Formats: sequence, C-alpha cells, structure tokens
Amino acid sequence: MAFTPANLDLARDIIARYPHKKSATLPLLHLAQDQDGWVTPEAMEEIAELLDLTPAVVLGTCSFYTMFKRAPIGKLIVSVCTNVSCLVNRGPELLEHLAQRYADDPDVFVEEVECIAACDLAPVIQVNYEFHGPLTNDAADHLVDEYKSGARVARSISGSPR
Amino acid sequence: MPVAETRVVSKFLRERPDDSWTLAAALENGTYSTLDTLFDRAPEDIVKLVTDSGLRGRGGAGFGTGQKWSFLPKDVYPRYLAVNGDEGEPSTFKDHMLVEGDPHQLIEGIVIASYAIQTHQAFVYLRGEFALGAERLAAALADAYARGFVGKNIKGSGYDLEIVLHRGAGCYIAGDETGLLSSLEGERAMPRIKPPFPAVQGVYAAPTIVNNIETLSTVPHILRNGAEWYAAMGVNRSKGTRLFSVSGHVERPGNYEIELGITFRDLIEGLAGGVAGGRKLGFFIPGGASSPWLLEEHLDAPLDMDYVQSELSATTMLGSGAVMVYDDTVDPLLVAWRIAKFFAHESCGKCTPCREGSGWLEKVLYRMLHGHGRPEDLDLMLGFGNNLAPGLGWPPGMTTICQLGPSTMSPVVSLNRFWRDEIIERMSRDTERRSAIPVKAGA
Repeated sequence: MAFTPANLDLARDIIARYPHKKSATLPLLHLAQDQDGWVTPEAMEEIAELLDLTPAVVLGTCSFYTMFKRAPIGKLIVSVCTNVSCLVNRGPELLEHLAQRYADDPDVFVEEVECIAACDLAPVIQVNYEFHGPLTNDAADHLVDEYKSGARVARSISGSPR
Repeated sequence: MPVAETRVVSKFLRERPDDSWTLAAALENGTYSTLDTLFDRAPEDIVKLVTDSGLRGRGGAGFGTGQKWSFLPKDVYPRYLAVNGDEGEPSTFKDHMLVEGDPHQLIEGIVIASYAIQTHQAFVYLRGEFALGAERLAAALADAYARGFVGKNIKGSGYDLEIVLHRGAGCYIAGDETGLLSSLEGERAMPRIKPPFPAVQGVYAAPTIVNNIETLSTVPHILRNGAEWYAAMGVNRSKGTRLFSVSGHVERPGNYEIELGITFRDLIEGLAGGVAGGRKLGFFIPGGASSPWLLEEHLDAPLDMDYVQSELSATTMLGSGAVMVYDDTVDPLLVAWRIAKFFAHESCGKCTPCREGSGWLEKVLYRMLHGHGRPEDLDLMLGFGNNLAPGLGWPPGMTTICQLGPSTMSPVVSLNRFWRDEIIERMSRDTERRSAIPVKAGA
C-alpha cells in the first residue's frame, strides 16, 4: 500500500533529518512496516521513488535485515532467543513450545532470534519488541494470549510505541 | 573481603529505578551541569582531558577514546559523530540498560564529545530491537532540545548540535564500526576496508568518530571529576570502571560495574553469586561470543584488557565485557555449535573466508554434536579455520575485512585447547558405533 498522507508527511520529515536521502532507507522501511504490517513491494517502490533509488536497491537493503518482513506475518511477532545464555536456560524448549502452540494462528508469528541483549532475563522473548523474561512455557502462553486479547497493548509490528 | 561494585555510569539508574530516564529526575541528579562550563574550554582541552583519563572504548576493541578523537584530520568539515548502540555481541546487555535507564547521561556525553571533536551532527545508531530504549531516548532527546541542551546555540555558546536517533533493523554486523556506517547510509551493513579509517573517511566519506554508548556515558563523569580521578581507578592501562554483563549459569545474572583489575572470581563468585545451584564451573566465556573461552584455573586472572590478551596462558579478550558462565553439565560442543550457528547467520557475506568458513564450521560442529563426527573433524576445522583466523591464537591474524571472520574460530580454538583428546576419543567412539550399524542392501 502507498503511504497515507500523514505518513507521507512523516516520511518527508525523516528524509530531511539526513544530509543524504539514502540514509532514510531503514527508517522508511520501519514506517512502511508499521503502516501495513509488513514491507510490501509497493512500499519499497514508493520508498525508492522518495529517495531517488531503484526498487532493487531498496529490496537489497530490506532483505538484509531480519526485522523487515516481506510477507504478512500477523499482528504479533514473538521473538524467542536461543543464543548462548538462553541456550542453557530453556530457550530452545520455549521456542519449540511456542512455535507448536501458535503454528496455525494467523495472528501470531513465532521466530527464533539471535541474542537480543537481555541475557539476565534468560530465557527471554520479545513480543513486538517488548522484552519479557525469564519465562516458563505457561507464563509465555499466558503473556501472548494477553497480547492477543488486548489485555496488554502491543507495540507496532516494528516496535514503535502504540 | 567481599567485592563491591564501583558505580559511575550505572549509579543514577540504580538509585532511581522508577524514573531515572525522565528529564526531571536527571536534572535533580545534576545531569547536564557540565554544559555550564563546557563551552568556556577549548575543544582540544576536552580531547586532552579524555586522553589523560585513560578511557578506552567500551564496545570491544578497547581503543583509547581521546586518542581516537585526536585522529580527525584538521580543518576537514563536515565531520560526524556516530554513536554505536547496536549492541549485539551475544550475552552483552549493558548498553541496553544504559539507554533505557539513563538516556540523558548519554545525551550529555554526546554533546561533550561532539563539542570536543567540533561536529554539529551526531547520529545514535540504536539496535532496532531496543524498542523501549528508542522510545525513551527519543523522549529524552525531545526534552533536551526543548531545554536547549541540544540544538541551536546551546547554552548561549553559539555552538549548534543536531542529534538524530537512527534505529537499526536486526543485524549483528551493524555493530562493527564500518558496518554501522554502511547501515547508516541506508545500505546493507557490510563492513568496509580500513584504511581509510572512519576518522578520515567515515559516513558520507567525511571524517567520523564512532563511539560506544557506555564510552560516551562515561565522558560526563570525567569532565565533572577530572582525568586524575578516573585514571586513579583501574589497573595498568585498563583505567576506570566498566560494566560487565554476567549471565548463563550464575545465581544472580546481571550487569555489574566494577573497577577494572578485580578478578573473574570476584565477578563470578562474588558479585554474581557463583555457579547456579552450587554446581561446579565447567567453563566460561570472558568477553562475548567472539572471545576464546576460559576454565576454572583462569578465575584469578584480573579484568585487565591487556593482561588477558597477552599474559594469560589461554589468550583471549575482555571484548564487550560479557561473561557467560556454564556449569559442568554443559557440553562444550553444544555451545561451540550454537556460536558457530550465530556467526554463520550473521556473516554479511562480503569476504569469502567468513561467508564460506562460518557455514562449514556450523555444519561440521553440528554433525560432531549429533553423533556423526569423525576423529579428524577437529583438525579439519583447524585446517580451514587457519584461513579464517591465521595463527589460531588471540588476537588472530585477519583474512577478512572485519573481526567477525576470525571470531568464528574462537569456540573451535577453545575446544582444541581444553578438550582435544576427549573430543577425538568421543568422535572415534561415535565412528565405531556407526560402523557397527549393519547396512542392508536395498533397505
């Protein structure tokens, strides 16, 4: 989808912060993902136009970064760390559990992530980039369900405040 | 004698855990007070002060901060400050705490550093996953602009400074200083060949200083208390205090700010409460996933950046100050494989030895871990690994543009140092076991 008029204004503000337009690539991709829930091909084309780049260049940058999703992933992204500290604190078990539990849930996307810099909370997860830990399987279920029901307000899919 | 923390950068956020990130609390704490007299001093004086304090970069490389600032070519403008907040080294979580807990301290440090190097534009490259950190830093920046601590004509000095918060988007190698600059320019975060060093040609090919969040958060305290005060703390060339992130199998995982020079034992057994459940220490990783590992016999080594790199029997580094502790039930091969998997995932793909080598290390370690290893596998990895980290010691040689390449070998070098015979024997047993499985024709 194209940027809404309000977001287009915001996009122009963001571009103006940088000495060179191209630096706005990452912020604009975040903005597009916040608006549409994922980074659509149309968004990459529009960003390319705003920044005087080709869509291929924008795609090349976009596909390098794990936070940008180039397919719809639902409303909640659950990032489970299995790196070196979580590895020995049940991280892999928690990942398997959550991946199974939400396998068929179109609203919840469970992914394995590399160290998210909160090892004192191991095993740690992020729900839309909000940190939670340490968590048992049950506590994690409860937490994700609270986000699903709206009892907890989630950040945007790119982690912007809501 | 029990060891205690020496809190400098983490003092305020520990004292006011409920609101340390707000402007009101920061002002009560005296944050920004250094700006009252900062502009009366010559920028070169500030550079000299920081040089004299002995402060070294807290991101991992440990380069002298004031010295780095002094490398900027004279009279070349524009120039930039890029703040490295892309904390991604596995098991490091100190910058995460600093940006969430005390963003005003960081902004004060950025203003001082920017004035010292005479730039009018600073960027804070913050790891994309730090959503709350970005929210708090953005709010703190807005407050600082409104109060005139940042922006045009700061404190009536005639000095202007713009600070832009730039969120990353999930990428370890954006934490390398030149990878960060590529990413800041809107590209894939691929590191660049040095020289030219960033101080000569950094972002937009202009002179750029890249400093870590903890480094810049320390600067206001040096200005306030003097270089001698800072240099009086620490040991040898490792001056001052430093945050260590301790995690894994310890009773009290967390960030501990200590005076450099205490031992790993003080940190792990004293501050972090020892191995969890009173179990026995297996091994520990002293400076993030990139660093070679240590054993119980190394616990009495001092936290001295140069000592661990040159004098310790198993050379390693303090790196990003992340200490990961494993009890004796942990299979070293499991940890080695997981670190290899991490590096294979995060290799940007620019340099062939790293792109190919990191993937092969992961594959070989995976089969070793799962009973499909061969007795010669360890030497196989050391063989091709010598093209990744020439010399296989620490610091290793380089065949790649950035440190990610040689770092991938640290777990394997450690396996070879401490468990060589055990691993070869285990792989021989696995091989025999496999050969005992009858193969049926046509099955």
